[in-house]
Amino acid sequence: MASGRDELLRQYRQMQTIRRFEEEAARGYAQAKIGGFLHLYIGQEAIAVGVNDALEEQDYVFQTYRDHGTAIARGMEPKHAMAELFGKDAGCARGLGGSMHFFDVERNFLGGWAIIGGHIAVAAGAAFKSKYTGDGRVTVCFFGEGSTNIGGFHEGLSLAGLWKLPIVFICENNQYAMGTPMKRTSAISDLTLKAQGYGMVGERFDGHDVQLVRDRVKPAIDRARRGEGPTFIEINTYRFRGHSLSAPAKYRTRQELEERKRLDPCAVTRQQLKDAGMSEDELVKVDAEVDELIDEAVAFADAAEPAKEELVFSTVYATRQHGTPTLRATGYPDGRETGHASDAAKQENA
Amino acid sequence: MREIRYREALREALMEEMERDGTVFLMGEEVGHYEGAYKVSQGLLAQFGEQRVIDTPIAEAGFAGIGVGAAMTGLRPIIEFMTWNFSFVAFDQIISNAAKIHQMSGGKLTCPMVFRGPNGAAKQVAAQHSHSVDPFYTNIPGLYVVMPATPRDAKGLLKTSIRNDDPVVFLEGETLYNLKGEVPEEDEDELIPLGVARVAREGDGCTVVAWGRPFHNAMEAAEILAKDGIELEVVDPRTLRPLDTDAIVRSVKKTNRCVVVHEHWPYGGPGAEIVDVVQREAFDYLDAPVERVAAWDVPMPYASNLEELVLPTTERVLEAVRAVSYR
Repeated sequence: MASGRDELLRQYRQMQTIRRFEEEAARGYAQAKIGGFLHLYIGQEAIAVGVNDALEEQDYVFQTYRDHGTAIARGMEPKHAMAELFGKDAGCARGLGGSMHFFDVERNFLGGWAIIGGHIAVAAGAAFKSKYTGDGRVTVCFFGEGSTNIGGFHEGLSLAGLWKLPIVFICENNQYAMGTPMKRTSAISDLTLKAQGYGMVGERFDGHDVQLVRDRVKPAIDRARRGEGPTFIEINTYRFRGHSLSAPAKYRTRQELEERKRLDPCAVTRQQLKDAGMSEDELVKVDAEVDELIDEAVAFADAAEPAKEELVFSTVYATRQHGTPTLRATGYPDGRETGHASDAAKQENA
Repeated sequence: MREIRYREALREALMEEMERDGTVFLMGEEVGHYEGAYKVSQGLLAQFGEQRVIDTPIAEAGFAGIGVGAAMTGLRPIIEFMTWNFSFVAFDQIISNAAKIHQMSGGKLTCPMVFRGPNGAAKQVAAQHSHSVDPFYTNIPGLYVVMPATPRDAKGLLKTSIRNDDPVVFLEGETLYNLKGEVPEEDEDELIPLGVARVAREGDGCTVVAWGRPFHNAMEAAEILAKDGIELEVVDPRTLRPLDTDAIVRSVKKTNRCVVVHEHWPYGGPGAEIVDVVQREAFDYLDAPVERVAAWDVPMPYASNLEELVLPTTERVLEAVRAVSYR
């Protein structure tokens, strides 16, 4: 079926875009164009793309600090993502967020959150707003299996279950909380049992087949949209790189990694396309197009303007402030404006 | 002007703002059917229903986080902590999320919400229930911190806080809820701006900067000292972040002396911040070192005689003023 193949090809293209984006991000990190932490999504691409395909444009998406793939799947342009990593003004958070705090408000990608479990209740809050206003949106909240041991997870799920909020919790179980395997962090191996206590439907499946992910997630999204409450979904996956690029993956064996790579989601989808009749030449052409897109993203990010100094103060508060900024008391070396409204007010009054 | 209690003033602010704006809702433990642990929200459930007056389980981190998410996406939540002592389990939501989202998103998302509840020691509730949290939250850029001492300020500042587009930490006085004071008529819609101090009493003898419950100790001390011929100028910052340092410095330049009175512990916090500003901006005007009257630097003991020792009193304000006045 041609339309089915076109769909799969689009999905492959998105997954490959994420893969190549992450590879170039790793290169940029090695070249010190990117600072801080860099958590790569390589190996998990089918989840970001499959889940997004089950969503509508109006729906809200929250992710952890491992957020590049989900943002790109949501429609963020790679060049704005790369520019953020490079700390540039053209970045999706204008260079203020960095790798861990991607935002794309226009596409309802609401972050990029870097405290484990801290964003789960926040995502439930977005779903609360949908229930309060009846806007028909569903919220999807991603997190890792490591998050299921912290209080924020339990309070977030508890309230979402209690109030039947339109939200789907997606646990990307990539087997390791940083360097610690799940058998050493959780008393149970079936994480859906944790959600049962909050009156929630549970689902678990493997996450290397993008269309399977989409098809298994869709009923949960529909259920949330119908007002029938949240679902907890555990998706079995694997990250092929370390927790972050500053954390070498010495805690697992090469053999385990090689075994999991046989279920590389990009390779699996590529093979599915071949099985559906696409030639290697056609696929090479697609790969080259993706390479070009990512090269352009890097070139764009390289050439982009640095993050703007005036944003340092002007983004702290949305409102104009009365009163005197505390900073004045601690000394401000060259007499620059603090960006606080009191300065603006003084200028206006002058 | 009519007189109402501090708790009634807060209730009026909630009622008026909820009537005015359908995106405003109140959420917290016992706020609805129980009508509030301190009865601030009495009558709200009957008027606005369960959709907008929302009882929660005991889960501060959870419902504070719900508030942040709802604020980011267009509502104006009021999150009530039964007391601010319980906000510590929601610290991450307030500090890592509410205070950061505007900046982290490159200025694209806002977080218009109010966290409110009683702050400070009550009466013999001991170590875990007697915190003055103002130093913790004033340290955080991205938050407003408001601490009204009178019914009029409680109402006018809460109304402004609810309409504010940034997160506000609103610290009510646990021992002030019964306090009566003048408040404008209901139809006046008085909005008191955040970040503007109030000179509650004018004088030229010594500036006393005080907020929250100890503000009333300062006012009592002013009455007593007036009989000795010392006229205090009492300045209530009302908002602790941003701090109206101009008003404080202006007063110190007039009186040449300054005492800062607060219930929080003496290590750091707005008390120390004010002293820092005064020594920097009014050094040449000072006739004496700035004094502070604070809670003692200890966890709150239970026994009433010990609690009285720890908290700032009118007597200690008098001593401090006499010290800086060399009298």
